[in-house]
This record gives sequence, C-alpha cells and structure tokens, in this order.
Amino acid sequence: MNADVIIVGAGIVGAACAHAFAQHGLDVLLLDDLRGGATAAGMGHLVVMDDNPAELALSQYSLGLWRRWAPALDEGCAYRNCGTLWLAANAEELAVAEHKRALLDAEGLGCRMLGAEAVREAEPMLRPGLVGGLHVSGDGIVYAPNVVRWLLTQQPERIRQRQATVSEVSGNRVRLDSGEWLSASAVVLASGSARDLCPELPIRPKKGHLLITDRYPARIRHQLVELGYVSSAHSSSGTSVAFNAQPRPTGQILIGSSRQFDSLDPAVDHDVLARMLARALDYLPELANMNAIRSWTGFRAATPDSLPLLGPHPSQAGLWLALGHEGLGVTTAPGSAQLLVNQVLKQPSAIDSAPYSPLRFARAEQPA
Amino acid sequence: MSAAIELHVNGRALRVALGTSVAAALYLAGDGTSRTALDGKRRAPFCGMGVCQECRVSINGQRRLACQTVCADGMQVETQP
Repeated sequence: MNADVIIVGAGIVGAACAHAFAQHGLDVLLLDDLRGGATAAGMGHLVVMDDNPAELALSQYSLGLWRRWAPALDEGCAYRNCGTLWLAANAEELAVAEHKRALLDAEGLGCRMLGAEAVREAEPMLRPGLVGGLHVSGDGIVYAPNVVRWLLTQQPERIRQRQATVSEVSGNRVRLDSGEWLSASAVVLASGSARDLCPELPIRPKKGHLLITDRYPARIRHQLVELGYVSSAHSSSGTSVAFNAQPRPTGQILIGSSRQFDSLDPAVDHDVLARMLARALDYLPELANMNAIRSWTGFRAATPDSLPLLGPHPSQAGLWLALGHEGLGVTTAPGSAQLLVNQVLKQPSAIDSAPYSPLRFARAEQPA
Repeated sequence: MSAAIELHVNGRALRVALGTSVAAALYLAGDGTSRTALDGKRRAPFCGMGVCQECRVSINGQRRLACQTVCADGMQVETQP
C-alpha cells in the first residue's frame, strides 16, 4: 500500500477530497499530470443552483461549507461574498426569477426580488430596459487554483502530491505511465478526463469559453447572470451562449458563458466567442470600450442528468468516483468531498448521497 | 528627423518619426514601462506583436496596446500608475 487513499486529479474536487480525508487522519497520495482541467479554466462562481432538488441540496450544503472555510482562506484565494444578481429581460424571465425566489426562500436562503429601478441602481453599467432581477446574497466567487493550493497546504503531513500520469485503474490500484503500480485502501477518481481511464462512465465534455478584461475601476459589484442562462445551461445538444459576468477583485471583468458539445478542440472558436460577447454587450454595452486581455476555453465533465458521480464505481471494488460536476465543481467541491469521504468511511452524511450515486446509471443499463 | 509628429507621453511633448509605435515612444520618453502589475512591479512591452498584453496604456482615454498603435499627431499617451 502506498497510502490510505490515492486520489487521481488535483483539481478543486480532488483537493477537497484530499483535505477531507486528511482531516479524518488518513494519509493521502494525490496524483496529477499537471495538464490542467476545469478548475484551472473555470470562473470560480460559488452559486446555489436549483434546477432539481438534488442540485439545490448539494450546492446549498457546499455554500455553507465554503462560508466556513472563508475566514481561513488566504488573499490569493480571492474569496468574495459578492452575491449573484439574476437578470430578467422580460416578463417570462421575471416569472422564472419569482419561481427561483420561492424555491430559495423555502430553504431559508437570503434572496430578494428587485424591480427594474432597483436593478439599475444596483448595477448602473447594465443596459436600461431590464424588467427586474433576483439577488442571492450568499453566493460568491473564488480563484479556484489558489484554493486548491490552500487546501493542500493545510495538512502537509497527511497529503503527498506527485506529478504522474495514470494510464490504468483497476479497483484499488492504479498504473502510472512509467509502468509502476500503486495501491491504497481506496482509490478516488476526481478528474473530468477520467473517461480515458473508465470509458464506461457516462461523461461527456462540454466546451466553454471565457474572456477577461483589463483592470479598470470597479464597474460591477455582483456576479451577473441572465435568467436565460438556465435554458442555455440545460440544452443537451448544439451550441448555446448566455450572459454571465463576474467582478474580479483586481477590477477585471470575467465574461462567460458558452456551452458546446461534441468538440474536443481546446482552441478558441471565434464564432462562439463572438456570439458570447455579443450577448455580453447586449447586457453591458460599455464593455465595447474596454480592453480584453485573454480568452480561453475549458471542458466541463457533464453527466446525462447534470449531477456528479459521487460514490463507489458500479463494478470495481476499491474504486470511488468524485467527478462529473459539469459547471458546478468549484461550488460543490466541499460538499462533494464530504459525501465521498462519508461513503468511503461508512459514516452518516449531512445530506442524502443517493441522488449522486454512480449506481444510478449502472441500474439504468440493466435489461428490463 | 523628417516628417516628425508630436504627441504627449504622460503630459510631456515628444517628437517622433512618422511610423513610430507607441511602444517605441515609451522608450524615447522615459524608462519604457507601460503599467504596474498586481505585485507592484513595473511592466514594459515584451512580445511586440499584440499577444502578451504587457504594454497596455491609455491612448486618448482608451486602454490600448502600445505595440499595436502607431503614434499620431496630438496623441495623448498615459502609462498606467
């Protein structure tokens, strides 16, 4: 045995799992090929999402854990409790906002409806004509790569890191591309690119684009998301864009979002980027006078029902999964890690882990 | 210097040859730096081809890349503090 637990993938989810196992006194070996994944590419928006009860439960649970971490995070983690302002451009979207408010209110999450004038007052950079919005006060932002670094330095005596490419997994053993085999009581796959290692897993890459501006005196205060985002985020085919803008503590504005299936090409797709920016300009016209300094892409690991896989591999004893978080890996990393660790250590968990069980797809594949 | 044009860099008048880039003007006018990074260190034009984004300055009130902009008569260039 090379450790109590081997974790493959040092993104935010793998790091949160390592941190949680270490807190239980287990020795962790964390393997990563340093190619970078969704954590390095993503926005770092901590957001309660409510598209289904399981998504709401996991994001709400996780936001609570983020707030517990927040006071201890260092400045590089760039945690800000800026809240999310969901924007309604028409009556239909306002109804979606109201529905969302009712759902979040029922959970005791601080949120309030804003009328057209209140939206203008809260965010004067927005174009006139928006009909209202929903402010969710508990949401926030982080710089996820630095949170990973922070998580892994909290218990250095328990967590070892090693740069390695894993070429095969077999139960509680992994083979490195050097040919070396490593083993542990439990192996955790926490990489969205684990499709290569476990092609049977129902994971599809969903490409996204982001763009960041130069530093300017702060122009927006909340993470701004159009309510049309919900329909965009849910489409399971084709390419969609939705307005999403984040105020970075540096004064930069980070702009998303796009969703694209069936592309494995990491290059910026200029047609998609142009569509995404046109959408952003529609909401923030003055972006046209600002300088963009970088654009890049990343891949979300998406499951058929958009919920992560947290639990035992359907057929390999000793192998555990913590992946498939799509666009919510940063938000739900703390809760995902707790649920995974609870299952491995056979402990009760704060929320029901059944909706995220990898077995849900294995069952569906059995003949009737 | 033939066909010289005059611009201002941080408020100081500077005459340069026609076709001079703003990046070159930064060096002619002073230490060549363009801006200050988050770590407090000064930055200067690096790649010279509009990719690295190190040379962003204010030109006539708009944030622009010094290496991708040709000096023009009356231009107001401000490096970033």
